[in-house]
Amino acid sequence: MLEINGLNRRFGGLQAVKDVSFSVREGQIKAVIGPNGAGKTTLFNLISGYLRADSGITSFMGKQIQTMAPHKIARSGISRTFQHIRLFHEMTALENVMVGRHTQSSSGFIAGMFSLPGTRTEEKRIRNRALEIMDFIGIADLADTDATSLAFGQQRGVELARALASDPKLMLLDEPAAGLNMKETAEVAVQITKIRDLGITVLIVEHDMSLVMNISDEIVVLNYGEKIAEGLPLEIQKDSEVIKVYLGDEDA
Amino acid sequence: MPDRRFIHIGFFAGAGIIIQLLTYFTGTGYFLTQLTMSSYYAIVIIGLCMLMGYAGQISIGHAGFFAIGGYLSSAMTTHDLTPFKGSLPVRLLDSIGFLVDRQGLYGEQILHFQPWVSFIFAVLVTVAIAYLIGGPVLKLKGHYLAMATLGFGTIIYSIVIGTPVFGEADGISDVPAFALLPGLTVSGKMSVRIENFYIAWGLMSICMLLLLNLVNSRVGRALRSIHSAEDAANAMGVDTATYKLRIFVISAVFASVAGVLMTHFNGGIGPSEASIMKSVRYVAIVAVGGMANLWGALIMGLVLNFLSLRGYFGSLDDAVFGGILIVIMLFSPKGLLRKETLSYMRDIVLQRGSEEDNA
Repeated sequence: MLEINGLNRRFGGLQAVKDVSFSVREGQIKAVIGPNGAGKTTLFNLISGYLRADSGITSFMGKQIQTMAPHKIARSGISRTFQHIRLFHEMTALENVMVGRHTQSSSGFIAGMFSLPGTRTEEKRIRNRALEIMDFIGIADLADTDATSLAFGQQRGVELARALASDPKLMLLDEPAAGLNMKETAEVAVQITKIRDLGITVLIVEHDMSLVMNISDEIVVLNYGEKIAEGLPLEIQKDSEVIKVYLGDEDA
Repeated sequence: MPDRRFIHIGFFAGAGIIIQLLTYFTGTGYFLTQLTMSSYYAIVIIGLCMLMGYAGQISIGHAGFFAIGGYLSSAMTTHDLTPFKGSLPVRLLDSIGFLVDRQGLYGEQILHFQPWVSFIFAVLVTVAIAYLIGGPVLKLKGHYLAMATLGFGTIIYSIVIGTPVFGEADGISDVPAFALLPGLTVSGKMSVRIENFYIAWGLMSICMLLLLNLVNSRVGRALRSIHSAEDAANAMGVDTATYKLRIFVISAVFASVAGVLMTHFNGGIGPSEASIMKSVRYVAIVAVGGMANLWGALIMGLVLNFLSLRGYFGSLDDAVFGGILIVIMLFSPKGLLRKETLSYMRDIVLQRGSEEDNA
């Protein structure tokens, strides 16, 4: 479903992503792991259009997307969350999730200003679907709370619901467990598996090994921008290169 | 909840009737002139509030759009085309009914554009200029956007003050009445003073309703999301560049329409309407109103402009608005009339009330 082929990105003298290739199959949970500064978030920003690759091809459902603007990539069915939570301030949790329905609705400026009948029924549909999704994530009770006054873990939930609200085909989750305690991380793991069970493909960037090993179908390991391993969780756990990167050299 | 919006607007429109009756019973009918002008200014301010408070894009050049509307319509309805009567374009315009005749001050015939034609032309030019300016400028953020829009305002000011067609430092006077509909004429004549107050108040209410609808729509949510996290809005599929541009154009059109109508009401326009201080004033009023608070902007737009037009600020007029801006930025940079501030004040009042009850 998602094919990444020879992706490169350089920041000045730093090669943040170096000739990375892998593919994500439909319906799987795939994880990208690696130590700090391995280029994981850069890779995400390349896929979602926030950064342009110096070279390489990203194709999604058979269409090349590496030169598309972020909002167009979102429209093509890829939604994402952010490592540092990026909720909309001064809006309720429900309104945040409703913005997530943007790609699935169409009322424009004129329709909005004149509150045409079509927009009002669409508005109801947006609201109901957003509430459904919040219920699915388990945060329906937070709907009318100001999004930024929520606890950290709850904010992550709102972000997840917002990304899910666009009915994506592929979700990019950037460190969904960052800053969460063990109980919350376990909840996130359940949520991600539930999302996969809806038929949505998931690509996660994550630090937390326990989360990744438990839920991923496949893992890609990056180090200094390069892919050093790819395989099933069990294979990755045994991979000598990966162990060296994560635990250090024996001589060190 | 569209019903509640309609109720609020209904109350507001009704308040106009009460105000008019008050001026009648207190013998202050002359207030209606300033109230009419304040209503037109308030249209500029709620448009700017939408751009600044909701979409988070500042413009210190909105007086420029007001001036584009006012100057174009007044130039087109005062400039005499009689000398060119034989030329093909003028004959063509005349034959499709775009031109009208009227008597000048000394009984001479003046051939000029029909006010509706100049109104529509002025709005179209505003849209074109707003697109041209907004396209590149809205890529900027924060201070840079503020400076670029300031530059735009300066250019418009220089143009009107340096162009003979626009009357240079004198501005344009003798602008004719504008018959919106049969029986509804925008004009400063004493006989239609009350009618004009209702026209302005009514248009302001309609503009307010349009913007309230917009804020509470899919587009409004998208605009607010751009304000707080543009990159996240993008990730949700919001075409942030286009949305910013569209709301910029809409708020420019609001300013331009207000400019056209105010000019016909006043019978003229002068370069001060295009000045930077006017733009700063609009920004200051939006800030006092609470930034993302259309009602606050509307009320403050009416009250402060009315006080200013009645001369309560005396020679310190501009200084008052400059001062307001400094104080707001220092003590309440997110605006004064906000939900939080209001509920905080209510808490204080209620607490004090209960203490008194206890005593």
